[in-house]
This record gives sequence, C-alpha cells and structure tokens, in this order.
Amino acid sequence: MTVAVDDRELAEAMRQEREELEKTWARPRGLWGWFTDTDHKAIAKRYIFTAFVFFLLGGIEAALMRIQLAFPENHFLNPDRYNQIFTVHGTTMMFLFAVPIMTAFGIYFVPLMIGARDVAFPRLNVYGYFVYLIGGLLLYAAFFLNTGPDAGWFAYVPLSGPAYSPGKRVDIWAQMITFTEISALVGAVIVIGTAFKMRAPGMSINRIPLFVWAQVVTAFMIIFAMPAVMLASSFLASDRLIDTHFFNPAEGGDAILYQHLFWFFGHPEVYIIFIPALGFISPIIVTFARRKIFGYVPLVLSLISTGFIGFGLWVHHMFATPIPQMGQSFFTAASMMIAIPSGVQIFCWIATLWGSRLDIKTPLLFVLGFFAIFVLGGLTGLMLASVPLDLQIHDTFFVVAHLHYVLIGGSVFPLFGAFYYWFPKWTGRMLSERAGHLNFWLMFVGFNLVFFPMHQLGLNGMPRRVYTYLPETGWGTLNLIASIGAFILAAGVLVFIVNAIWALRAGVVAGDNPWGADSLEWSVASPPPNYNFHNLPVVQGRYPIWEATADAPVLRGLSTKTRETLVTSVMDAQPELRFDIPGPSIWPFMVALATGVTFIAGIFTPWAFLVGAILAGITLTCWFFADPNYENKAARDTGEKSHKVAPRAELQPKEI
Amino acid sequence: MSKTTRTIPRLILTLVLALCFASCFSSCGGIQNAINPAGPNAANISRLWWLMFIICSIVFVLVMIAVLLSLSKRTTEAADRVPVLEPSEESERRRRNVVVSATTITVIVLFVFLIASYSSGRSLGLNDPTKNGLSIEVTGHQWWWEVRYQDVDASNIFTTANEIHIPVGVPVMFSLRGADVIHSFWVPNLAGKKDLIPGKINTMWIQADKPGVYRGQCAEYCGFQHAKMALWVVAEPQEQFNLWRQNQTQQAVAAASDVQKRGQQIFFSTTCVMCHAINGTPAGSNIGPNLTHVASRHMLAAATLVNTREHMAQWIKDPQTFKPGNRMPQNNLSDADLQALVEYLQSLK
Repeated sequence: MTVAVDDRELAEAMRQEREELEKTWARPRGLWGWFTDTDHKAIAKRYIFTAFVFFLLGGIEAALMRIQLAFPENHFLNPDRYNQIFTVHGTTMMFLFAVPIMTAFGIYFVPLMIGARDVAFPRLNVYGYFVYLIGGLLLYAAFFLNTGPDAGWFAYVPLSGPAYSPGKRVDIWAQMITFTEISALVGAVIVIGTAFKMRAPGMSINRIPLFVWAQVVTAFMIIFAMPAVMLASSFLASDRLIDTHFFNPAEGGDAILYQHLFWFFGHPEVYIIFIPALGFISPIIVTFARRKIFGYVPLVLSLISTGFIGFGLWVHHMFATPIPQMGQSFFTAASMMIAIPSGVQIFCWIATLWGSRLDIKTPLLFVLGFFAIFVLGGLTGLMLASVPLDLQIHDTFFVVAHLHYVLIGGSVFPLFGAFYYWFPKWTGRMLSERAGHLNFWLMFVGFNLVFFPMHQLGLNGMPRRVYTYLPETGWGTLNLIASIGAFILAAGVLVFIVNAIWALRAGVVAGDNPWGADSLEWSVASPPPNYNFHNLPVVQGRYPIWEATADAPVLRGLSTKTRETLVTSVMDAQPELRFDIPGPSIWPFMVALATGVTFIAGIFTPWAFLVGAILAGITLTCWFFADPNYENKAARDTGEKSHKVAPRAELQPKEI
Repeated sequence: MSKTTRTIPRLILTLVLALCFASCFSSCGGIQNAINPAGPNAANISRLWWLMFIICSIVFVLVMIAVLLSLSKRTTEAADRVPVLEPSEESERRRRNVVVSATTITVIVLFVFLIASYSSGRSLGLNDPTKNGLSIEVTGHQWWWEVRYQDVDASNIFTTANEIHIPVGVPVMFSLRGADVIHSFWVPNLAGKKDLIPGKINTMWIQADKPGVYRGQCAEYCGFQHAKMALWVVAEPQEQFNLWRQNQTQQAVAAASDVQKRGQQIFFSTTCVMCHAINGTPAGSNIGPNLTHVASRHMLAAATLVNTREHMAQWIKDPQTFKPGNRMPQNNLSDADLQALVEYLQSLK
C-alpha cells in the first residue's frame, strides 16, 4: 500500500540518502588512500593506466626491433640486446598488457553492467593489482639493469635451463610469470563471483550482457589455463634453483613436457586476450546499429564453445617436434573447428549491421577495422592448423604476421574502439572524433604496412627471432617497408595519447549516456558515483535502458549506512541476501608486499619461501581479523531474504 | 554526408592495396623459399599452400564485401537521437538464413582443408627411405650443424659441417639430434622443418629433384647466434655426388710446402686443436666443426661467410666480429703465422 507524499519531500529524502551513501562509500584520500582504496573503478582505472604504460614500453621495444631489422647486417642493436628486447616485448605484451587490461575492463564494467555496487571481493582486487605491479616492475628493473630475460617469451628448455642460461635472467622471467598468474587468477575469481552472484534482480542468465558473458568465459579459461604455466615456470625455476631435473634430458627429464605444459596455457592465453575484446564489439555494434543484437543465443554459445575448443589445440604450436599422424589429425581438426564459432560471431555482427542506418563514429570504425584484420588473421590461422603447411611456415615471419593480425586485429583494435566508447563514462568527457578518425587510419594503414609483408617474408624463408639477416637473402626491401609501417602505427598511438590528454582538459562534456546505449552502466552519472547505483535497478529485459518503461521498478531497502549490496541467485537473479562488502584496508597491500618479497628473494634462495610463508601468514591474519565487517550480522544471518525486508513505505516513488 | 562519401572509397582503397600486396605472393624464386619447391615434399606442401591461399582469399573478399554492404545506409544524426530499430520478423528470418548458410559454407570449407591437409600429410610420410642406402645424421650445436654420413662400411663414414651434399632424384634419410638446446632443421625449397631435440632422434626424408644449391636455416630460437646458424644443401647428379663422397671419406692431405707445414704447426700449438678435428692428424676434438676437408666447402661459419682466404683469415683472427657470442675465441696471431695457418687450411680440399 502506498502513501502519497509530495514531490519536494521525496526529493529531499533522496538527497539525504545520496549524502549518506557518499559518506558510507567515501574513498580514502592521499597517498594512504592509494594503498588502501578498494573502489573497483579506481582499481580498474589504475590497472588500465599501468597496462597502457606497459603497452607503450612494449611498443618502443617493437620499434627498436624494427629499426634493427630495417636493413640487412644492421648494427643498431647487438644480438644480446636484441634477444632481450624481443623476449621482453613478447612477455610485456602478453602478460603485462593484454591480460591485465582486459581483466581491468571487466573489473570496471561488470558491476556497472549488472547493477552492483562493487565487485565481489574488493580487497582481493587490491591485492591482485599490487601483485601485478610488483611483477611488472621486477621485469623492467631487471631489463634496465641488463638482466632482462633472453630466452624468448616461451623460454623453451633446455635453452632456458641452468646449463644454457646461466645468471638470473630466466629466473626473473619465471617469477614475473608467477606474479601475473596470481593477479590473473584473482581477477578471474572476482569476475566470476560478481557476475554470478551480484546481478540486479531480474537479470536472469539469459539477460546477461554479452560483454559480461565474454568476461565470464575468459575468467573460467584463466582458471583452467594458468595452473599449467604455473607448473611449467615453477618446475623451470626449481630446475634452476635447487637442481631438480624435470626438464633435463640427461637425467631422465623431458624437454617436450615443458612445451606441452606451456602451450596448454599458451594457446588458451590467446583466447583469454581475444574473448574480452569480442565482448567490446557487441555493445559497440548494438549501440551504433541502434537495434538489438542479431543472434544473442548463438553469440553466447560461440563464446562458450570457443572457451572449450581453445583448450584442444595447443599442440599446433608443436607440430615440428614432431607429433604422430593420428595426433596431428586430431589437433588439425580441433584447430580448424575453432573457426566455426568465430565465423558465427562475425556473421551475426554483420547481420546486425545490415539494414541499419549507421553513424560511423570512432568506436565503430575500430570495429570495422577489426573485421578486416581479424578475418585475415583467422584465415592464416587455418593455414597454420594444417600440419604439412605448418611445417613450412611455423617459426617464420609468416607466424609473426599471423599472430599480430589475430592479436592486434582481434584485441587491440577493439580495445581502442572501447577506449573511445567508454572514455566518456570514465571521465565525463568525450574524445575528439576528428582525432579519432586520424588515429584509426594511421593505425590501420601502419599496421597493414608492418605486418602484411611479413607473410611474404615467412614464405621466403625468414625465420623468427633473428637479430639480423644476410643481404643475399633478399629480405631487405620487405623489412624496410615493415619498419616504415611501424612508425606510422606508432604515430597513430601517439595521436590517441594526445587526444586523451586534450579531452581530459577540454573535451566536450558527456552526459550520462552520450551514445544512447542500452546497458546499465549508461544509466548512472559519468563518471559514476562511488556507490554506482543509488537504487539498484530491477532489470526487465536484455536491453535495460532501451526497454525501461516510465514506471520501471527499482530495488529499495539496502542500508545506506553500511556498504551493503545484494546477493542474488545464479540462474534467475532472485534476491537471496544482503551482504556487507568490506571497505578500505592496508592489509591487501601488505600481503602483496609479502608475496613480492617471497618470490623475488626466491630467485636467489629457497629459504625465501619459508620466510615468505611466515610473512604471508602474519599479514593474512591481520587482513582477516582487522576486518571491521568481520562480525557483520547480515553476512552471518543468511536466512534473511531481502524481499522480506519491508521497504520504507513513505520513500517509495509515487508511481509504484 | 561528406564523412560518408569519404569512408567508403577509403575502405575500397585499402582493399585494393591489400590485393596488390597479395599479388606479391605470386612472385617466387630464391634458394630459401617455401613456394619455390625443388623436391616432392616441398612441392606437395606448396600445392596445399596455393589451394588454401586461393580459397582463403575468396572468403576474405566475400566477407569484406558483406561488411561494406552493411555500411550502405548512413546517417550523421547523433546516435542518441535515432530511435531504436525494431526489425520485422521477415527481415530477421532473412538474416537467419544468411547466417546459417554462411556457417554451413564455413564448415564445408573446413572439411575441404582438413581432407587436403590430411592427404598431403600422408604422402609426406609415405615414401620408404630404406630403399636408398644414404642416411645422414645431422646434429645441431650452438650455432652450427654437424653432419655425419652413415654407412654400413665403417670406412665410408665421415663427418663434415654446415654443408650437405645429396644426390638428385633419390630420397635421403635424415636423422636429427640436438647436442645442446633445441634447434630446427629447415631447408624450405626441399621440405618442411623438423626439430632437433636433445634426448630424442627425429627422422625425415628429403629428396631434391633439381640440381642446385639450397639454403637452410635454424628455425627454432636457440640463443645468441640463432640468426647466423645456416647451412647449404648441394644437390648434384649421382656421379658428381659419388666423387664428392669419395673425397670426403679420405683423410686430410698432408702438408706439402714449408708454409703449409708451418701452418699445421701453428694449428697444433695454438687453441685451434682444442676444438677442431683434422682426420689423419692427431687433432681429434669434436667441439667445433671437423676441418678435414674445410677447403672444399663453399661457406664458413655456418653459411655466414663465403669461404675465401681473406674471410678465413679474418674469421680466425676475430670471429666475434662476424658472429658475436659464438664459441670460437679470438686468436692473436702474427700476420705471417695467420697467413701460414690459412695456407694450410686452404690446402685441405
């Protein structure tokens, strides 16, 4: 039964609530705040910024390599420097840029898209970021001290073993892997927990945005893939530190075992980088085509099947080792099969675009660029799946071309589209469209100029990972073209940076929903308030904003005095309980520090792990017992269902 | 509208550029080229390449046309002011039909590729190499190739390095080993690559149909000088090959002139003898390439330098300039000593 109240009274009550929420969800300030803040948006922005800095470093390394390879017998870099640079380039782009930046988008937008106030484990989130930061700093500190790893981003044994890589270079690599593994696993757990248990009422599993689906599939892939590389890098580290012989053929170890473990992670890794980008494409297309996505169910099933098939084709990285005929056929078939879900997605997107009146803004332009580049990369992927053909083009520049077509086309182009699309949500300001178009065309032309000639170079016999080549090989011209392209590509990235800095100061102010988009993150202010939603939305369809009616219900009854959020059921998002989310704390940072000390000291002595266990034990104990919400009543009292909580009737909006 | 009119031509221009690029695939040639086959293995793979290249190009062009068609209707109205479309049942059914047929075609294309790839792979494995007696063992070292010609008659076994001679028109069996780290044996004009893995022996067969010189290079990253770990395969008619082989099985010629004798003395009194073998002399170490017939080889330093007197002298004096990081130390020999040593080594035909 509703009681009529007059509008002014209602508005005043709402304002008071918002003030209370502001106070409850206030973020700590200053330097201390930087170490303790648990706000998912702040952490995600930090992740994105850090990962972008690593992207620039990786890009500079790429440019140095292209200068070296521009001419035959060039002396710009010596072989030692070159080998370190290509190793650090690959490692940076895979582990320090691509995976974290994709997870960061999930951490920022999953709660906003599903109508939650924060992520499921905000403190774990802080821990994940600092572990990642320590890993990245370790790698670059070592690199600048001329101790950068030089055995390739894959660090094959025996080359990376104690006999052929003395010193600490490879250990730095192996431990950096450990850090990024931990951080990726933490991110995955957070995304799954948030997406499965914190969706707004009404967002049943068949209404989850495609962006969130992509993040969930990726998170599950991380959980299954990362342990394999953890095993590989830990075995390698123990071979090097305490003289085990996991990979030493002379003592009964097996060099090929390492490759299986590495690629069982390494191939799914490609999809871990690429699937979140597919999640960027769907919302951009829906927004600019101004219609519902064509084939929501096939798109979701494609994402999930890509996640499964992605684990069945690691061996195509190892066809030359070699593999028996029967196994070859299986892995060829599996590698080709993955083209089916990819194809279905591309077709559904094109079908969505068909017949729509498009306004080609920069985000959409990047998606169109994705179509051109990724389809080409996918087709060369089919060639690499074929064992006989692979034996010719494996480990040549053809593969360099292929992998950049797939990863830059499949991930970086959608990522830049996503930057342009969501920048207004992060900052409240629009990026310049004119600069955006320039940015796109420079990147698109530059990219193709760098990588297309590499297909030809590979067929012409140029192997990968060579610091130079003889003039007689005739590879000079194409390499020079590629090197020129690299600078055009770099100019494109530079335009983006200038555009972003300019927009932060003087960009057009964006409203809540500048693109007229459909998903929940656009229903809140830009940038969103600390508590995300004043009233949690009740979702009525797959396109909550487009389908919202004037009398759309909202959820009332969550406390404004504690960081309360709603836990809902996995399938139907039925409210289950109210849950107090922990707030700022210094202890996650302390645990990250303990982890850092342990693994970095572990490069030099196995005793580090004993000391580290004690340090971690102490800091973890403090983390849990210093929790102000430890004795939280709502958390313990799981029987209390939120729908039983009587909303304060007088504050119900009049329409209901 | 001006933006509209600019974007489509630009996309088309890009497509045309891409096709121009594609046309450079048709240019082939060279002695280290996967699509310039000189033997049945490479020819087989090259056919597979062209099949996949043509089908993939068609698929690419079709998808791009579909994308371009979807861009035909444009608006410059701000997105948030355009009402959300409600496509009719009829048009959605049309879309569904198109997507389903495109997916079906994808599956069919994949099956064509799968069958083509499988049959091509089978014929790579089919040839029976035992019918020919020639069996060559290649061992990868950081950063050179040890080549050992096997034979039932022990006196016909000999070891050389970085240059493999094979007779034209017959399959030759290669067994591949890794001495230190993983390398990969790859002579693109003749066959696909195969890894040389410590603790394993991989085998493959290679046949050259045309006489000629083919260059190969290590294809698995193997450390510092991975870039300069190349080899030559010299395919020659059977009689010529027999002569070469006859010569290689001989012991090294004795030093004849005084200068050569002095050179030999220098070889034995400096670091050379620590790593290199010369059959028929007391030098028997196999850490570096066997030098018994070094003068008969076309190249030095794993196919990096043409084998001339000058190069050999420069290489011996300062190998680190040509291949930084390689295992051969610098040798501070006087000019006269160096010339004598080169004189001796160049006599080892």
